[in-house]
Amino acid sequence: MKKLLILSGKGGTGKTTTTAAFIDFSKADAFADCDVDAPNLHLIAGMKGSPQKTHYYGSEKAIIDDKKCVDCGVCNQNCRFQGIIRADGRYSVNPYACEGCGVCMYTCPVGAVTMEEDIAGELALYWEERLFSTAKLKMGRGNSGKLVTAVKKQLEQGHDNEELAIIDGSPGIVCPVIASISGVDMVLIVAEPSLSGISDMKRILRTAEIFQVRMAVCVNKYDTCIENTEEIKRLCQREGIPFVGCIPYDEKVSVAVNEGHSISKINCPARDALYQVYENIKVYFI
Amino acid sequence: MLSGKGGTGKTFVSVNLAVTAKNAICIDCDVEEPNGRLFLKPEESVTEEVYTKLPQVLEEKCIGCRKCVDSCRFNAMGFIKNSPLVFPEVCHSCGACSLLCPTGAIYELKRPIGIVERGRNKEVQVITGILNIGEASGIPVIQNALDTKITEKSIMIIDCPPGSACSVMESVQTADYCLLVVEATIFGFHNFKMVYELVSLLQKPCGVVINKGDYTYYPLINFCKENNITILCCIPYQEKLAQIGANGEVASEKDDETRMIFSTLLDKIRMEVRE
Repeated sequence: MKKLLILSGKGGTGKTTTTAAFIDFSKADAFADCDVDAPNLHLIAGMKGSPQKTHYYGSEKAIIDDKKCVDCGVCNQNCRFQGIIRADGRYSVNPYACEGCGVCMYTCPVGAVTMEEDIAGELALYWEERLFSTAKLKMGRGNSGKLVTAVKKQLEQGHDNEELAIIDGSPGIVCPVIASISGVDMVLIVAEPSLSGISDMKRILRTAEIFQVRMAVCVNKYDTCIENTEEIKRLCQREGIPFVGCIPYDEKVSVAVNEGHSISKINCPARDALYQVYENIKVYFI
Repeated sequence: MLSGKGGTGKTFVSVNLAVTAKNAICIDCDVEEPNGRLFLKPEESVTEEVYTKLPQVLEEKCIGCRKCVDSCRFNAMGFIKNSPLVFPEVCHSCGACSLLCPTGAIYELKRPIGIVERGRNKEVQVITGILNIGEASGIPVIQNALDTKITEKSIMIIDCPPGSACSVMESVQTADYCLLVVEATIFGFHNFKMVYELVSLLQKPCGVVINKGDYTYYPLINFCKENNITILCCIPYQEKLAQIGANGEVASEKDDETRMIFSTLLDKIRMEVRE
């Protein structure tokens, strides 16, 4: 399976809109949403049937047994994550701060602390007609990189032919993004022609470089600032990164999205431009 | 300042509120993609390096008991050729290995993972956490940035990363009031519900700012009504605002209408917080 990953660095540049359109253009029958922090692709992917859901166990959380606890505070002294709180004269675990490292359990002199598996999210797999792997991280949980890896594994296990799979990534540059990059054939970066957009694009380019993955860049809403769009093009040229197109700001995009379908089904300038981007990027990995 | 979805305008609202409030501390906790500084352009900046701890093994003291390897719940230690080996990328710096080593063969080295930059723009104190590229977690940088003293009279504005995972939780915990910046789209609304759940769980009072939209996206409006969430203001999409933002300028310094919007918003927030 060839995998194309859509990233941006900055949030809200149009990753999911692009992903949904590419799924239709390529008639891909396998795709995934790796933005487990704020998944959205399912809202416009038009999936049939209900997904098969499984719990995702991210890590463990400490639990203090009140009956055994002698109030010595050793756990609190050794925890580096402020995971132990003292309230009403008792020590307890703050599950949002607990990293599951086990230091409290290892150091408790009376064995009052145990570790329990924590449900940190939910994986969903749609398998009727087309394969769509997605997940949702429980609020405030960490280890989202591991969940992203699980989303990709679900996709790979269900689909073993040579065809194209399209993956929607998450904003930012840390663990979920790093986990989504590993093993893909190409990354398309959807940039935004603003000062913030350029700054974030540079950071994601440098992150992707570490993994030596092929990259291409397109600019969304390019006409909101032509000068910055030109700046992005020059930057790509300097760094030898293929520049695969510009998409105009188009009011019809949010109208289509709000009705729950992909822009690919609507006749408008943004759709045509996205189709061109798809055609341009295809040559690099097919 | 929270949103769930990225690109809804958290930084836009943070920066404009800070400039309007004047006596403000603006902390950018989106350490992966810190952008507030591009608008506030802080002067006289001082930077401080942020470190995490990385275990090191003193081979002459190691007796090969494997306690460090077996106790690490992140598989950050392996046992190769009779000696422990650290994998820095997965180490959470919890200290279990050095704490449990019976011979004191493990000590910890400081490893830089990012910086915190502190400067000012007139009366606004501008604090920015910047994570090094390739790091897996920005939490220590966020903690350092948030470790800032505040006086009675000033207001601290915390610009969060998108999403609702651990880094957001870290930023929200110290707040007295949460402003949820929402985009009036199906995506914006879906992710807004996720952060709203988080804010409710932490029992933080909150209000909504609709950005790039109007009052006609009914799923959002009705949700706010049903849950008794105050919609503090609505900033319509305007090409001039997009232009000003694209060039890294602060809208309320350039445009009277925007200045009014933010000054009213600030008054409303102050009233809400007092209540």
